[in-house]
Amino acid sequence: MIELISEYWKAFLFSDGYNLTGLAMTLWLLVASIGMGFVLSLPLAILRVSRWSLLRWPVQLFTYVFRGTPLYIQLLICYSGLYGIAVVRSQPLLEAFFRDAMNCTLLAFTLNTCAYTVEIFAGAIRSIPYGEIEAAHAYGLSGWRLYLRLILPSALRRALPYYSNEVILMLHATSVAFTATIPDILKIARDANAATFLTFQAFGIAGLLYLVLSFALVGAFRLAEKRWLSFQGPAH
Amino acid sequence: MYKLTVEHLFKRFGDNEVLKGVSLNAQAGDVVSMIGASGSGKSTMLRCINFLERADEGAIMLDGERIITRPGAGGMRVANPAQLQRLRTRLAMVFQHFNLWSHLTVLENIVLAPCRVLGVSRKVAEESARAYLDKVGLPQRVAAQYPAFLSGGQQQRVAIARALAVEPEILLFDEPTSALDPELVGEVLKVIQALAEEGRTMLMVTHEMGFARQVSSQVLFLHQGRVEEQGDATILDRPASERLQQFLSGRLK
Repeated sequence: MIELISEYWKAFLFSDGYNLTGLAMTLWLLVASIGMGFVLSLPLAILRVSRWSLLRWPVQLFTYVFRGTPLYIQLLICYSGLYGIAVVRSQPLLEAFFRDAMNCTLLAFTLNTCAYTVEIFAGAIRSIPYGEIEAAHAYGLSGWRLYLRLILPSALRRALPYYSNEVILMLHATSVAFTATIPDILKIARDANAATFLTFQAFGIAGLLYLVLSFALVGAFRLAEKRWLSFQGPAH
Repeated sequence: MYKLTVEHLFKRFGDNEVLKGVSLNAQAGDVVSMIGASGSGKSTMLRCINFLERADEGAIMLDGERIITRPGAGGMRVANPAQLQRLRTRLAMVFQHFNLWSHLTVLENIVLAPCRVLGVSRKVAEESARAYLDKVGLPQRVAAQYPAFLSGGQQQRVAIARALAVEPEILLFDEPTSALDPELVGEVLKVIQALAEEGRTMLMVTHEMGFARQVSSQVLFLHQGRVEEQGDATILDRPASERLQQFLSGRLK
């Protein structure tokens, strides 16, 4: 146990001497995919609740596909499936993009979390009482200003409890990244296990690291809810 | 010249004709009460005036200037979005269910439209917001609170302060006390009465007959989408039409 820790603590936390690994890599995967997914999901959520089915429909299809298939399959398709297609390899830009494991992993993760986030935000937009939207109209707020000043700030607050759940699920989902050779926490645990055969200890340490991260996230979201959800009143 | 003129408004919801050619003239300083049974079209008429509801036919004139509309599916639209926006800040609406923006504090509720629609600076808007809170009789400490922590009467007074903050030419009240507990009605009516006495032009849909009699310079009685009777507040004491007699005897027992 002591040997395992003294040998692998650095790799578990941040570096194997060459690359970002372990906890730092898992955090990077999480922050990058959640960040890009969040930015993408805002406009898509607005389209998702549009009155016009021509705008709504493609987004619905996107979330249906990405919520209807396992993340692992999405990663396999992004990582090895697409690169296997001749058209992708013949385009220099696509070829360069899909040759890199990190690009493929982030693409799959981002699209996956984006699909879930779109549905969460769209649901939150729909949960705003119609009277509040009507009042906004009555006071001259309309179009993008209505979304920017009223609908999105209100919806993002209402979405917080559901969104925090998505972030924590995404943290755990990043553990499939090792299958695309990304050296995240689980990859290091597998390497440690293969080298030492201390299976319980190697995966136990990995589990503890995920646990600590989850706790930190839960705590952060609890603070955020205290700050941004208190408007719901004493009854909540 | 009339401050507000409404001419021959028609509105249908599917097969249901809610407004069948209602008209109204209000001078500056008029307090017009619109009364009638539920379903008579009074709220719809009020909502058509600031285009929250789109009338099918008719005309609306503010200060003698006709709002230019074009017909469309679901009713007339204001032809120019900028004109619609201007119109909506010249008329301010107070809703039955307050419709305060629940994720914003009281102060943010009051300054939102002045800052984001009228382009007033935040500092100036906040100063006048605090003055309007005084005016509706709320203590300054509610400024930082969220609406959900206030009583219905306090929320409605915040909504009135929000309406005053855009410095509207006409105030529209859509049953402002109907959603309130009986003991909270008085505090809101007192604020509205004070505004009437200031000489503000107001249109009010109400079920409070006693209050309507007290503050109105003009009363419109709507029945099944038509103006059945209109006149000054004395029509509430001496109704000419049988319908209004019936309506009032049912109410003022």
